[in-house]
Amino acid sequence: MRNIIAFPLLGLAVILQSSIVSQIKLLSGYADLPLIILAAWALQERVKSAWHWAVLGCGMIGLISKLPWPVFVIGYLAVVFLAQALQRRVWQAPLLAMFSVTLLGTLFMHILSYVILRVLGTPLSIGVVLESITLPSLLLNMLFSIPIYTFMRDLARWVYPSEVYE
Amino acid sequence: MSSRSLQTTIIFLVIGGILALAFGGFFGSTSRQFSSVFVEIQTWASSRYLGIQDFFTAPRDLVSLRARNTELEAQVSQLQVQVIELQQRVNETEILAALVDFSRSNPESTYKAAAVIGRDPSPFLHYIIINRGSNDDIRRGMPVVTNQGLVGRVDAVIADAARVQLITDPASAVNVHLQNADTTAVALGSVTGDVSLDMISQDAIVQPGDLVLTSGLGGGYPSDLIIGQVITLRTLEYELFQQATIQPAVDFTRLAIVLVITNFRPVDITPLQPLPAP
Repeated sequence: MRNIIAFPLLGLAVILQSSIVSQIKLLSGYADLPLIILAAWALQERVKSAWHWAVLGCGMIGLISKLPWPVFVIGYLAVVFLAQALQRRVWQAPLLAMFSVTLLGTLFMHILSYVILRVLGTPLSIGVVLESITLPSLLLNMLFSIPIYTFMRDLARWVYPSEVYE
Repeated sequence: MSSRSLQTTIIFLVIGGILALAFGGFFGSTSRQFSSVFVEIQTWASSRYLGIQDFFTAPRDLVSLRARNTELEAQVSQLQVQVIELQQRVNETEILAALVDFSRSNPESTYKAAAVIGRDPSPFLHYIIINRGSNDDIRRGMPVVTNQGLVGRVDAVIADAARVQLITDPASAVNVHLQNADTTAVALGSVTGDVSLDMISQDAIVQPGDLVLTSGLGGGYPSDLIIGQVITLRTLEYELFQQATIQPAVDFTRLAIVLVITNFRPVDITPLQPLPAP
């Protein structure tokens, strides 16, 4: 029942992404708050609702972005898949797993965005995209990932309290 | 009056008289010594009293001063918030005044002011979100301007908000007219937010500083809206067209309030475009 927190939290994340985070630019890139939140959530050991959160995040961000919604659906679900796969293997170093998911997830999202926009006829130069958007966004996502991971870990403990054995 | 009380009164008067004469200096050196001892004792007693008074009253003053200081600090921060709010209002008023001037100087169009409330979450695209939608008669394709020049056009509309494609978007193409060179070109956006001109005829003589305006060709935008000024020109003999970079008139990083031109209906020329041969 506490999973309902996903609605206000992801809603707030999308609003912040559109109104504030998109203004904090490094060259032409900026952080992807919903992606980092989904990655951090999916990396928590107790969490069982990461897929639901991803679908909800896709729906919310797809409403306001001009980017075709399949980019978000494929991208965010891939991030959750990657996070859950890594969480089982790198469970002893959660921050390393967080950095890895953020790095790979951001790269995957940007490659997907680039390919789909090119297919739709938007002229984009891969060199400029890499230099002005992808690398700065990657750096910002990495910076944001540490505090967000800590916050999501605490939230996961609240949503999934540990069972007490007698 | 009994003889005893008369005696006491006389003694008091005599002593009082002697003291008065002593303080008045009528007894010479004896009087000075007496008065100096008295003054010293008085000084000592007074200084001790003041010390004791400070000891008891100073901490009380410190506490009250601290309380007062906290109170004043709270007032200062409250006033600072008010100053910031007023500055914001002044900025907003200045922008609105400029927009009103612009709409008065261009009476052929009708405008609806809208606040910019967000941007596209993807860094690949240059779109803004405004707080006016179909409830305010905003329709897809309507041009969006500021007093400085063209911003873009409405791309999608919901009841209370609309998404606007900026002219800096990589998918944006605007037919323009170079005022001094008297030639047409196409203004293209880019992923970095720069705007460039393409399709400038090789015969056209373009100079840095030339004004770039919308031409109205294609029916997507009204004519004569300012886009910017030419900064640099690139001419290569083996290419069909010249290219140029332009400095947009609008500062897209600081967009706060925009005007939607509501009496302009874009023309869909798709049916008129020739189909590719089979």
